Amino acid sequence: MDTWLQPFVEFAFMRRALVATLALALGSAPIGCLLVLRRMSLVGDAMSHAVLPGAAAGFLLAGMSLPALSLGGFVAGLVVALGAGFVTRATPQREDASFAAFYLTALALGVLLVSLRGSQVDLMHLLFGSVLAVDDAALLQIAGVTTLTLWALALAWRPLLLESCDPGFLRSVGGPGAAAHLAFLVLLVANLVSAFQALGTLMAVGLMMLPAAAARFWVARIVPMCALAAAIGAGAGAAGLLLSYHTELPSGPCIVLVCGAFYLLSVLLGRRDGILPRRWRARLHYTA
Amino acid sequence: MMFPPPDSTLPMRPPRRCWLLGMLALGAAGAPRAQPTPAGRVVASFSVLADMAREVAPAGVEVTALVGPDTDAHVFKPSPADGRRLAQADLVLVNGLGFEGWIERLVRASGYRGTLVVAAEGLKARRGSGAHGHGHGHGHAHDVDPHAWHDPAHARHYVTRIAEALAARWPDRAAEIASRRADYLSRIEALDRRLRERLAAVPREQRRAIVSHDAFGYLGAAYGIDFFAPQGWNTHSEPSAATVARLIRQIRQQQVRAIFVENISDPRLVERIAREAGARVGGTLFSDALSRPGGPADSYLKMFEHNVTTLAQALGA
Repeated sequence: MDTWLQPFVEFAFMRRALVATLALALGSAPIGCLLVLRRMSLVGDAMSHAVLPGAAAGFLLAGMSLPALSLGGFVAGLVVALGAGFVTRATPQREDASFAAFYLTALALGVLLVSLRGSQVDLMHLLFGSVLAVDDAALLQIAGVTTLTLWALALAWRPLLLESCDPGFLRSVGGPGAAAHLAFLVLLVANLVSAFQALGTLMAVGLMMLPAAAARFWVARIVPMCALAAAIGAGAGAAGLLLSYHTELPSGPCIVLVCGAFYLLSVLLGRRDGILPRRWRARLHYTA
Repeated sequence: MMFPPPDSTLPMRPPRRCWLLGMLALGAAGAPRAQPTPAGRVVASFSVLADMAREVAPAGVEVTALVGPDTDAHVFKPSPADGRRLAQADLVLVNGLGFEGWIERLVRASGYRGTLVVAAEGLKARRGSGAHGHGHGHGHAHDVDPHAWHDPAHARHYVTRIAEALAARWPDRAAEIASRRADYLSRIEALDRRLRERLAAVPREQRRAIVSHDAFGYLGAAYGIDFFAPQGWNTHSEPSAATVARLIRQIRQQQVRAIFVENISDPRLVERIAREAGARVGGTLFSDALSRPGGPADSYLKMFEHNVTTLAQALGA
C-alpha cells in the first residue's frame, strides 16, 4: 500500500501532477478520439511547432512573460488551425496536407522571429512546462480548459461528431458544418496549448493520442471509446508517476510510455481490432 | 609557476605587414579609424582575472579575457584567434588550481614565451567537497576547489600577484601600478567590511543554502554560510519524480533556507520545490564568469556584492 499511496500522501507535487494528468486525460481524450476518426492523429505534433511564431512574437513584444508567450502561442496555433481548416473547406485538398503546409510555414516564421532577437533564451523550453512543476496557475488552466471542453462536447456533440465522420453529409442536410469545424479547432488548440504550457509537448500530445488510438482497438462506438480513452489516460498517468517515483526515470516520458504499453497491449488483445482476437474469431468461423 | 621573463622585448613587426593587417582589420570591423596600438597586451584566462588586471594595469595597457563574460569556462573551446592573442600577449594571467584545464596546452601551442602568472599560487587551497554532481569535468587535480576568488582575502592575494607581475613586466610604470593597486585593495577591503556587516543581520543558524554549482566553498568558509549540494541532480535533462522528492526531503532535513539551483532547466520546477519544502528560491549567483557589461555583476566587486547581497536577502527572515 505504501508503494502506491505514500508518494502522493507525502508530496504535494505528486498530487498536483496526478490531478493535472487526470484533468488532461478527461478533456483531451475525446478530442484525441475525434482526431483519430478524422485521420488527423499527427496534428498534435504539428501544433507543437505551430505555436512557435506566436510565442516568439509574444517574447518580442512583452519580453519574458509567460502569459504573453502562452497567449501568442495560442493565437498562432489558432491561426494555423483555422487557416488549414479554411483551405480544407474551400478547396478539395485534404486536411492533413493543408495542416502540414501551414505548420511548416509557421515554424519557419518562428525560427526567423527567434533569431531576430538573437537571444540565447530557450523560448521552447519556457513555453513547454513539466508535469512535476505544476503550479496553481497551470492547474487552474488545465482544469478550466477541460471543463470548457467537456461542456462544449456535451452541447455540440452531434454536429462535432458528424463533422468529423462525414462532413459532406452534415453539409448536405444543412447542418452547422463551419461552426462545428471552428468549434472543434478551437477546442483542439486550447487543449494542446494549455497542456504544452503546463506539462510539456510530449505529455500533451501523448495523453491526447495514445489512449484514443488504444481505445479504438476495443470498442466501435464513439462514446464508449472516449470514456475508455479517458480511463486509459488517467490510469497511465497514475502508473507513470509511480513508475517515475520508484525508478528515478523522468516523469513525462514514463507516463507516455505507460500509454504506449497500453497501446501495444491493445494492438495484441483489443477485442474489436486486436491481432489475436481477430485470429481467434477467424478460426472459430472456420470450425463452426 | 613563473617562467623566466623573455630575454628581449617583442620585435617590431615589419611596417608593411602591419599596414596590411591594419587594412584587414578595417575591412573586417568597418571602423572609421585604426585603433591606436596599445602600450601592452595582457591576456587573462577568464573575466574575473581580466577585471582585476584592468583595475591595476597602467594606462594604455589592454587587458582581454579568453573566456569572456557570461561564458562557461568549462565548455570553452579556444579558437585560432585566441591562440594569436596569446602569441601577441606581453603577459598571460591564469587562475591555477586546475580551473583552466586547457590553458597550458593553449599557451604552449600559441608559442607565447613570456611569464605565465598563476594568480592563486601561494594560497591555501580548499579541498573540493567531491560532491560535484553537475556532470561537467572540471578536470582539477586532486579535487582542489579552484574558485578561490570568492573569498575577498584571496582576491587581495590575486590582485597583489597580478600587480607584482605587471610591475615586473613594465618596471617604468611601477609607481602607477603600485598606487592603483593600493586603491583597489582598499576598495576590496571596504566592500568586505560592508558585506560582513550586512550578513551579520542574518543569524548564523539561518545561513544554510543549497547551491547547484559547487563553487562557493571559499565564500562559505569566509562568511560563515553552510552550502549543500543538491543530492542527485546529476543531469541537465528532465528530472524524475524521485529526484524531486529527494531534494524536497533534503531541504526539510537540513533546514535549508534558500535554494540556488541553476541547472534545473525549468524555473517553475525550482519554484515548486522551494514552496513545497518551505524554502526560498534565491536568485542568480555568479560563480565562474562576470555578467556582460551593464549586467548586475560586470566587475569583480559588483559580482561579489551581488552574490553576498542575494544570499543575505534569501537567507534573512
